[in-house]
Amino acid sequence: MKTTRTRRVRSLLAIPALAAAATLVLAGCGSRAGDSAEPTGSGAASESCIDTSGDTIKLGFLNSLTGGMAISEQTVSNVLHMAADEINADGGILGKQIEYVQEDGATDWPTFAEKTEKLLTQDCVAAIFGGWTSSSRKAVKPVVEENNGLFFYPVQYEGLESSPNIYYTGATTNQQIIPAMDYLAAQGVKTLFLAGSDYVFPRTANAIIKLYAAELGIEIVGEEYVPLDKDDWTTQVSKIAAADPDFVFNTINGSSNVGFIKAYYDAGLTPETTPIISVSIAEEEAPAMGHEVTGNYASWNYFQSLEAPNNPGFIERWQAYPDSSGVTSDPMEAAYISLYLYKALAEAAGSFDVDEINAAAAEGGITVDAPEGVVTLDGENHHISKPGNIGRINADNQFDIVWSSEGFIDPDPYLEGYDWFPADVRDALVAAAG
Amino acid sequence: MMKLKPWLPLIGIGVFAVLLLVVAPAVLSMHWINNLGKYCCWAIAAVGIGLAWGRGGMLVLGQGVFFGLGAYAMAMHLTLETAGPDRLPVFMILYDPSAPLPAFWEPFRSDSFTLVAIVLLPVIVASILGYALFKRRVKGAYFAILTQALAVALAVLISSTIRETGGDTGLSDFKYFFGFVLDDDANKIMVFMIAAAMLIVCLLVVWQLNRSRFGELLIATRDAEERVRFLGYDPANIKLVAFVVAAVMASIAGAMFVPIVGIITPAEIGASASILMIAGVALGGRASLFGPALGAMAIGWGQSSLGSSWPSGWIYILGLVFILVTLFLPMGLSSLSGRAKSLVWRSRAAPTAPAAASAPVLEELKK
Repeated sequence: MKTTRTRRVRSLLAIPALAAAATLVLAGCGSRAGDSAEPTGSGAASESCIDTSGDTIKLGFLNSLTGGMAISEQTVSNVLHMAADEINADGGILGKQIEYVQEDGATDWPTFAEKTEKLLTQDCVAAIFGGWTSSSRKAVKPVVEENNGLFFYPVQYEGLESSPNIYYTGATTNQQIIPAMDYLAAQGVKTLFLAGSDYVFPRTANAIIKLYAAELGIEIVGEEYVPLDKDDWTTQVSKIAAADPDFVFNTINGSSNVGFIKAYYDAGLTPETTPIISVSIAEEEAPAMGHEVTGNYASWNYFQSLEAPNNPGFIERWQAYPDSSGVTSDPMEAAYISLYLYKALAEAAGSFDVDEINAAAAEGGITVDAPEGVVTLDGENHHISKPGNIGRINADNQFDIVWSSEGFIDPDPYLEGYDWFPADVRDALVAAAG
Repeated sequence: MMKLKPWLPLIGIGVFAVLLLVVAPAVLSMHWINNLGKYCCWAIAAVGIGLAWGRGGMLVLGQGVFFGLGAYAMAMHLTLETAGPDRLPVFMILYDPSAPLPAFWEPFRSDSFTLVAIVLLPVIVASILGYALFKRRVKGAYFAILTQALAVALAVLISSTIRETGGDTGLSDFKYFFGFVLDDDANKIMVFMIAAAMLIVCLLVVWQLNRSRFGELLIATRDAEERVRFLGYDPANIKLVAFVVAAVMASIAGAMFVPIVGIITPAEIGASASILMIAGVALGGRASLFGPALGAMAIGWGQSSLGSSWPSGWIYILGLVFILVTLFLPMGLSSLSGRAKSLVWRSRAAPTAPAAASAPVLEELKK
């Protein structure tokens, strides 16, 4: 009995050993770190399979249609559909009608990565449009880079990033957060409290706010974070009440804002004594706060109330669109721009090829006549110029614009024009981005 | 003549191995090889759950904990490997460039430490947890809720320590896998082969455990724990071994998930992820050898294909299938063949012959 058992064990051990040997033999073919070939674009996976032979061109829309972010991303998806319909009615891109593949990111970052890979390698789309949270973008980034695809990201974010495979049509920090800080400083604000969701955008944005506040002589009297999916802000808001700041800088995202606003008014805070400036509450979110938010502020590039030549037509078309939410807002406008930016790029390149599109971008001079005005693409960092605007929420949950930047602000994702931003950090981030 | 029946599972594993290691890489596109690799990871965890739950009767609702230990051990190593020696991971530079690398990250720079940790961490955690629970005779729903709560706790802990663990955003953007460039199809196939080989090894381990004396004791403990105790065995030790083996398998699954999927977040190890692992096992058949693995792979496949074509409907289909299986096939889809067999027998034999008694008679007839 004993002998049979040991023999059995030995034969069992042989199998994993064989499997290990087989994988090692296979591994002999793959490239290793330090090989002369560049890791990016060396694999066979990066060979494009975009089909340009027919009358249509396939594009991918990747938005969370389920899960916690669906409330925001559904609108982005709808406005992308509207933009595609408009472009198709106008003759398409390079004479080809847009045929879109809609995928659901399901508010789950690995799903964003998986669907990006599927869109690029299975559906062979020429470009992908979507994403909302920075976490979703960070999940998509390695996949588009590996497969040499294109991703158009439509939401304001924390900056300090650039990729040859991503175009950013939302604001970077120097187009939203820095104007907001300039506005606060001009208003004589001396103390500021930072409240944010606990993820990459608020953490990074607040790191930048703290650096700039020191420069402006504004004291940060507190900093609190609550996870994205949590709504209870009672404890944190009581700290705000105790610190009694001149202003609250709100980088909370999504429905967590509802809990924050409730706790804010429950604690007896008002816009008269302790106003909030937000970077994630727009026309869409303001009426959904469960409490009147009149008198509080937001920093955006686009407002529905913005006076610009193309804005009334855009609002009218959106309100007439079957899946419309009724109001226009900054992220959906940036998503609308993103499809037109792609059209402009493809037409400048005369091709749907990713490298040729990037080459056309690098040549410069790509503009889009957007609802917020004529925006210009920076061919180096793949961001666009934008006007800075601060709005105050009125009784109709629209924004009265109280401050506007002088002209459009050029994008500066790595804050190279600001000497208070530590150069070693910038260098480390640029180096890590490759 | 040698009896064939006891070796059937081994032949099955052999066929499975050929399908995964030879046929799949030859016929599938990179996209599906990657997806299949991911299903293999869930299947590895499911094989362990099959042992602990199907054979041992412990409803492990929190395998995400061990999946997470392996996944984060691997992800920390790959993140550091990508960052390069003496450099901080990008997300740490973003949040606080002046702070040093947290102390618990440092050892994960080493290849061998990481590999040892992937196996040893779940052993340690599962041993302590299992010892405390089984010695106190915690079982049933109490045990299930406790493990579930731990999975939630770990997910919350990771979400709330963003600077140390990457938080809700998770860890991603891995360029190298133990020196191999991940953006290379040959290396991707290698990673897939490792995961598939791990699945085969886990199936072999469970097959061997099931037919050993330990396997019989485990079933005995599941069905009549008190009697096992009266016979002089300590059920706590028997359950502990099964629990630890399941934990190690979940950890290996997590570790392989990271290079294949390229990202790990707390959502993949929390409550719903843990329940989805159980759902696959229940669907396939928790007490059978292949049921858990095939069930987990089927759910994975459903998620990528049906979840793509019908995002809002997929979760309802899954729920419906789960309810139907629990109601009508409590031992999962793998019990279908046994049922069919007994039905056929019943229709052929005298209606009074009980189905259970038919099996040995069939054996005699076959000879």
